[in-house]
Amino acid sequence: MAGEIKAAVYDPLIDNNPITLQVLGVCSALAVTTNMMAALIMSIALTTVTAFASAIISSIRNHIPSSIRIIVQMTIIASLVIVVDQLLKAYAYEASKQLSVFVGLIITNCIVLGRAEAYAMKNPPAMSFLDGIGNGLGYSLILMVVAFFRELLGTGKLFGHTIIPVANDGGWYIPNGLMLLPPSAFFVIGLLIWLIRSIKKEQVEPADYQIHQVHRTEVL
Amino acid sequence: MEHYLSLFIRSIFIENLALSFFLGMCTFLAVSKKIETALGLGIAVILVQMITVPANNLIYQFLLKDGALAWAGYPDVDLSFLGLISFIGVIAAMVQILEMAMDKFTPALYNALGIFLPLITVNCAILGGTLFMVERDYNLAESAVYGVGSGLGWALAITAIAGIREKLKYSDVPDGLQGLGITFITAGLMALGFMAFSGIQL
Repeated sequence: MAGEIKAAVYDPLIDNNPITLQVLGVCSALAVTTNMMAALIMSIALTTVTAFASAIISSIRNHIPSSIRIIVQMTIIASLVIVVDQLLKAYAYEASKQLSVFVGLIITNCIVLGRAEAYAMKNPPAMSFLDGIGNGLGYSLILMVVAFFRELLGTGKLFGHTIIPVANDGGWYIPNGLMLLPPSAFFVIGLLIWLIRSIKKEQVEPADYQIHQVHRTEVL
Repeated sequence: MEHYLSLFIRSIFIENLALSFFLGMCTFLAVSKKIETALGLGIAVILVQMITVPANNLIYQFLLKDGALAWAGYPDVDLSFLGLISFIGVIAAMVQILEMAMDKFTPALYNALGIFLPLITVNCAILGGTLFMVERDYNLAESAVYGVGSGLGWALAITAIAGIREKLKYSDVPDGLQGLGITFITAGLMALGFMAFSGIQL
C-alpha cells in the first residue's frame, strides 16, 4: 500500500510527467511562465483543482452514467475552478489580473480531465486524490523549471528579486528579451524534453520514417 | 467597417491563439501529424468558434454581467461568477450538436476526426476565445468577427505546422528530440515567424 502511494505521487514527476510525456496541459505551461510568482500560483491552483476534482469524481464514479460522464466531470471541474478563481480574486487580486484568462482555462486543462478519465473513474477516492497531487506536482515541476530560466535570463530576477544585476542598473548582465516572448517558452520546453529523454532513454519516441544509413555496410 | 477588418486581421495574425497565447496546444501538438486531419480539425474549430463566441457573448451581456438582468427587473444582480460554468456548458452542447451534424452530413470528415471532435470541448482555444471576448468587452458584432478570426488563425497555425511535420519526418532528428521535442522547437520557430506581424499597427 505504501509503495502504491509513493508510486502515485512520484511517478508523474519525471517517469510519467504529464507535460513532457503525456502532452497534457501544455497551454498554460507555456503562457504563465514569464515569471516564477505567476507560475507558482498557477501550479498551486492547478494541483488543488486536479486533486479535489479527482477525489470528488472518484467518490461518485459508480453513479455516473457513462454517456454523460464528460458533462458531469466538466461541471465538477468548472465549479472547483470557479472557487479557486474567486479565492484568487479576493486574496491575490494582482496575481489574478496577471494570470488573466489562464485560471479559467484550468477547466480545459487536459491534465484535470485526463486524470479524471484515466484514473479517477477506476480507482477509490483516496488514491485518486494522491494521483491528482502527483500529476499536479509533475506539472508544477516543469512550470517552475521553465519559469526559472525565463525569468532569470529574461530579467535577471527570481520571484522579483534581482539575482544578476542587469546592465540598465549598472550591472553586467544584458537581459535577453527573447526569453520573455512566446517563442522562448517553446524552446525551453523542447530542450527540457530533450534533456529528460537523453537521461531516460525509454521515453524516446520511435521515428516515423527510418532514414537509411548509406555509409554503413550492414543492412538495416 | 475598418474597425472590424482590423480586428479580424489582428485576431488571425497578431494575436494568434495558438502561437502567441498558446491556446489549444494539446491538440495542436497531438493532431498535427497529417495535413488532412489538421485541416479538418481546423475547420471544426472555426465552426465551433464562430458559433460559441457570439452565443456566449449574448449569454454574458443579457444574463451574467453586472446589472445585465435589469430587463427582468433585477438591476442589482451580478452573476458573472457563473460565467465559466455556463460558457463551458454552451461549448459542450455546441460540440455535441456539431458532432451529430457532421456524423450525418460529412461522415468521412467525422471518421477522420474521430476522438478529437469531442476533445474540442476541452480545447483551450475555444474557451480561451470566449474568455478573451469577456475580458476585452466585445459587443455582439465584434465577438462574431473575433470568433471567426481567432478560429481561422488557429486553423492556419495547425495546418502550417502539420505541413512542416510532414516534411520533418524525413529529417535526421536526434533521438531525444524525436517526436514531441522537435515539434516544440518547430512551433517555437513558427511563433518567432508570427512575431513579425506584431509590429503592425492597425
